[in-house]
Amino acid sequence: MYKYDQYDQQMVDTRVAEFRDQVRRRIDGELTEDQFRPLRLQNGLYLQLHAYMLRVAVPYGTLNSTQMAMLGDIADKYDRGYGHFTTRQNIQYNWIKLEDTPDILADLASVEMHAIQTSGNCIRNISSDQYAGAASDEVIDPRPYAELLRQWSSFHPEFLTLPRKFKIAVIASDTDRAAMRLHDIGIQMVRNPNPENGAGEIGARFYVGGGMGRTPMIGPMIRAFVPLDQLITYSEACLRVYNRHGRRDNKYKARIKILVHELGKDEYTRQVEEEFQHLLDQGIEPPLAELERIGQYFADPAWETGLSDELDLSDPDFRLWAERNCHAHKQAGYVIATVSLKPVGGIPGDATADQIRLMARIAKDYSFDELRVTHAQNIVFPHLRKADLYAVWRMLDEAGLGTANLDTVGDIIACPGLDYCSLANARSIPIAQKISERFGSPAKQAEIGELKLKISGCINACGHHHAGHIGILGVDRKGVENYQLLLGGCEGADTSLGQITGPGFDEDGIVDAVEKATEVYLANKQGEERFLDTYRRIGMAPFKEAIYG
Amino acid sequence: MVEVQFRFRSDEAVNDPAVTVDAFAEQTNATAVRVEPGDDAHALLPHLDRLRLIEVNFPAWTDGRGYSSARILREAGFGGEIRAVGDVVIDMLSHLKRCGFDAFAPDKPLNPADAEAAFKRWDNVYQATADGRQPIWALRHQG
Repeated sequence: MYKYDQYDQQMVDTRVAEFRDQVRRRIDGELTEDQFRPLRLQNGLYLQLHAYMLRVAVPYGTLNSTQMAMLGDIADKYDRGYGHFTTRQNIQYNWIKLEDTPDILADLASVEMHAIQTSGNCIRNISSDQYAGAASDEVIDPRPYAELLRQWSSFHPEFLTLPRKFKIAVIASDTDRAAMRLHDIGIQMVRNPNPENGAGEIGARFYVGGGMGRTPMIGPMIRAFVPLDQLITYSEACLRVYNRHGRRDNKYKARIKILVHELGKDEYTRQVEEEFQHLLDQGIEPPLAELERIGQYFADPAWETGLSDELDLSDPDFRLWAERNCHAHKQAGYVIATVSLKPVGGIPGDATADQIRLMARIAKDYSFDELRVTHAQNIVFPHLRKADLYAVWRMLDEAGLGTANLDTVGDIIACPGLDYCSLANARSIPIAQKISERFGSPAKQAEIGELKLKISGCINACGHHHAGHIGILGVDRKGVENYQLLLGGCEGADTSLGQITGPGFDEDGIVDAVEKATEVYLANKQGEERFLDTYRRIGMAPFKEAIYG
Repeated sequence: MVEVQFRFRSDEAVNDPAVTVDAFAEQTNATAVRVEPGDDAHALLPHLDRLRLIEVNFPAWTDGRGYSSARILREAGFGGEIRAVGDVVIDMLSHLKRCGFDAFAPDKPLNPADAEAAFKRWDNVYQATADGRQPIWALRHQG
């Protein structure tokens, strides 16, 4: 994976010094809270209901064991012994003291990490496919391009005070595992569909104007192929048009999806292309040699060859986990394993400092020193030898990390909700806990199979409820928490947005409604259909009837 | 007129009164113009040769449109003064300078020591912009 050189290190060190200075000015009273707020947000520091919350970037979801161990140590040293992995592949700490934050950033910088632009109206951490470099279905590892964009977007002087936040995802397979089309810019690395010389070289396909929030939209494609030596220039053109013309009169209409929608895809594209033609002459594109330099860090690790693909599945609990939580690796004898941070009754995405350090040790000993954070709030070991899988699972299971529920109804995405978040209207975590307990039986989960359930505690949709096969949205109805049910959302190659079933429910009612929806599925399922497939085939009516009838 | 607190030009100070972009279109003798966040800097491009000063106003520092305006002007070859006026705060200074601003007239004068530190903050930069600095990628591959 990528390693900082002297320049990268200097950039994060300088940021620590800058932020230390900003905190000093705040504590001295030179800055009011109103003045300080946009500055701290650009360092991922939120003031939540009970304390400051610090969001730490995990660029494109990739980190090494030293970095992971540091995340555990920070949880112990500055927080209450745990951290929360987020839907943007980051980690956040919920109980931070303002005066500690410069030291936390310094600790992070010592392991090539930071909290730069993890919040605020700027380009956020670039997300990517958690199986990058390990899955067999990608055309190329997307992470070098994400790293190139990370450097370009870090402290980009023109784009630090955009109309609103800006999220970019980079993937390189048709199986979209990063909800790419629900990003402000979604980039898919592809082979040139119309090669002039037949070579089919790698380039970038741009989707712009997707997003969740209160107005969910699936991003339209605005360019089928951008050559690699124009990637930054094209991105800059997309951003400049947005910075100049994105709405600033209403924060709820300020995301780029609204601009693209109001201008129309064709007019937005025309403006981008015009700006792009102008910028091509400005010398802002790094040379391809820079991409090559970055790419070297993402070379395949030294996998052993000739390993057996045999797995001893005689332990039934292990079998359940291996079949549910593992994904095929492109190298024979290896496997990609996902650690579910969704134990029955647990808080989705939370891990204790000890669990974080254990995962760091396992990565060091068994996974070529690498881990990934997924947007579904789980952790991935990208390169495990099948021969080691049982031993790894035993270690995980003993630490409460052996839950076999990847992509099932128990693998819930949930935002922090009203338990922590100052924007929330309703609690998310207790709903997730109740649902995971209702469906706690492994047999029940296996019967239902793949079912992506996502919960947001307010309309901002941090819990991705629009993209859940089953989505739950917490709202405030006359001072009482109320939960709306959505069906049929999906991220990935066949992205769709969920539809609201009808009137909302109270806390217990929503759990019952979810169960009824699964019963309708099981009663109507044909063949190998997933919940989503059945819903798409039979439509909303039978579900409504069962839930409200 | 608000006083210019920082200026990175060796030519004579420009004190011409700035007119609005709309007024400028009709005043063929105006040599200074003020660009508001909603103005299109492209409208000035045909007339850059007769402009000595372009003020770019930041009514609120969190509205970043002025950064794009300055870069558009510099990319078109404007060599006169681009002055940031309005709600200009310490933490913007180095970024403004990178986008082509070379004079700063904040509504509220800034602490000079903090401002000096802010201007000098970044030894290196990741992007090529209007300030002509060699970005990090160029330093990595030079020679």
